[in-house]
Amino acid sequence: MSLTQIEIQLIATVVAVACALPGVFLVLRSMAMMSDAISHTVLLGIVIGFFIVEDINSPLLIAGAAVMGLITVSLVELLNRTRLVQEDAAIGLVFPALFSLAVILISRFAGDVHLDSDAVLLGELAFAPFDRLVIAGSDVGPVALYTMTGVLLLNLTFILIFYKELKLATFDAALAAALGFSPGLIHYGLMGLVSITAVGAFDTVGSILVVALMIAPPVSAYLLTDRLTTMLGLSAVFAAIGAITGYWVAHWLDANIAGSMAMMLGLIFGVVFLFAPERGMVALAQRRARQKWEFAQAALTIHLLNHEGTPAAAQENRVEHLSHHLRWQPPFAAEVVQRAQRHGLVERHNGYLALTDDGRQLARETLMLAT
Amino acid sequence: MEEKHAAIEVADLTVAYQEKPVLWDVDMYVPEGILMAIVGPNGAGKTTLIKAIMGLIQPAAGQISIYGKPFREQRGLVGYVPQRGSVDWDFPTNVLDVVMMGRYGRLGWIRRPGREEERLALEALEKVGMARYSERQISQLSGGQQQRVFLARALVQEAQIYFMDEPFQGVDATTERAIITLLKELSAANKTVVAVHHDLQTVPEYFDYVTLLNVRCIASGPVEQVFSEENLRATYGGRVAFLTAAGNGAEQVEPAATTAGHGAI
Repeated sequence: MSLTQIEIQLIATVVAVACALPGVFLVLRSMAMMSDAISHTVLLGIVIGFFIVEDINSPLLIAGAAVMGLITVSLVELLNRTRLVQEDAAIGLVFPALFSLAVILISRFAGDVHLDSDAVLLGELAFAPFDRLVIAGSDVGPVALYTMTGVLLLNLTFILIFYKELKLATFDAALAAALGFSPGLIHYGLMGLVSITAVGAFDTVGSILVVALMIAPPVSAYLLTDRLTTMLGLSAVFAAIGAITGYWVAHWLDANIAGSMAMMLGLIFGVVFLFAPERGMVALAQRRARQKWEFAQAALTIHLLNHEGTPAAAQENRVEHLSHHLRWQPPFAAEVVQRAQRHGLVERHNGYLALTDDGRQLARETLMLAT
Repeated sequence: MEEKHAAIEVADLTVAYQEKPVLWDVDMYVPEGILMAIVGPNGAGKTTLIKAIMGLIQPAAGQISIYGKPFREQRGLVGYVPQRGSVDWDFPTNVLDVVMMGRYGRLGWIRRPGREEERLALEALEKVGMARYSERQISQLSGGQQQRVFLARALVQEAQIYFMDEPFQGVDATTERAIITLLKELSAANKTVVAVHHDLQTVPEYFDYVTLLNVRCIASGPVEQVFSEENLRATYGGRVAFLTAAGNGAEQVEPAATTAGHGAI
């Protein structure tokens, strides 16, 4: 691995983790699409900031972008509060308006500056290491690595300091307000964080894919854990895995790195979605199948219990009669009886089925639960 | 000491959502240590009333005081049990953690809950019969268990006044009895409880005071004085079916209020 390759992977990892952390709270607040809006409208903040300071590297551009992120959020809320526009529609109105304004401003007045629309949309991580930070004449590494590490540290610090407040305001905003924690303040703090992260990530992965980095790791983690701290940790791990594997996929396919990262994050989600131990689709299907057999066995024991010791038992409790009385297909009935036998619920005495003590108990318990 | 303190005083409270009044000139006086039910049809402003008292909704007019001072200065005296459906029960956290949230107000900004908070939370869970479930993920709770977790969370607030938004909504009989026992205990300890309530039949049995609300305050006071057929009719607009009018009408009131409510949705 060359130094450049290592640097690209480092930047990719730092960007991905920095995005995933605030993403956890966006997902829990059902605000995933707001991150998409913010990651686009921050461009307008950058453009306006650039017109004011006329320096593309000025940190004031980040401030301008963060302010624009907050303006986006408040415009959406304002529209939504009129009750004439739904929140998703409000996002769909506000962000294209601000983003297109930015695109028009760039193409009309800033054509000769480093603000071209391709880079804006997709970013170019591969070029990130060329922009070096030089302190007192010596090269200390790529600028992007330092800015994104700064953003990551900011996110980490904010979440560590206000963890309790973020959790409470996300779970129960009304209680947060009643207890004197301003949920509005926490909300806008988080949105400011998302805006700053979006600006930072913008340069490297572009505005379209920021949303993938913010949302995919948390939703994957959400399917795997019941604890918020674990969800934060897992999100960071998934983000890092997506970043590094994404880099190598791009390397082998000679493709855009940000695109490959987003693809790998999607793949991680796909795997989790299918194979998560409790909430994955496979586990769900298995549980349903198991429940089907358990239910059938319980039904069988109840049927046997109902006729136990009655004159009809000789007739009713024969294997061949099950398909008739319980309306089960003969192969299904045979399978249920076999399973019930294996579990020691029934015994077969030359054609008749008799309940064991366990079977009788299961039938009684099931009946108790039903009443 | 000679007279009971006023725990809550509401005067001329008006709340409007864009010009449409949801609460119109409401006066309410809640003495210390009583259990008060707020009843009224859907859309009567019951939830709005308790939210306005707690400063969660900005009133258009009126005055609210908690032990003679504005809510903002008395936050620490007030505990809150919101409607069970107001939060996402799939949130990644467990029972103990949710109960500890009740202590966040005492902790203030930034400080983290520790052993003391955990002890208080376990104690409160014990009181509502949920100690066994402290490590349980909240999405695995039944409706009644969720309600008891919310009650435990309010208990650790160690408040003087508790606002509860439909604490009996959709709970099982065991939980209902547990809540009632708890309410009586709170009342015995001179705490005040104001609860939004739906089941008119249980009002005289569970509560000392009642406020009949339908945008305006129809009546507010001791149950035996104001919980009359006439006031109920005024509140529910004749949609309450009375089987007999004899004696204290309350017991004969059909739970038709809820049936009528469906039409209002």
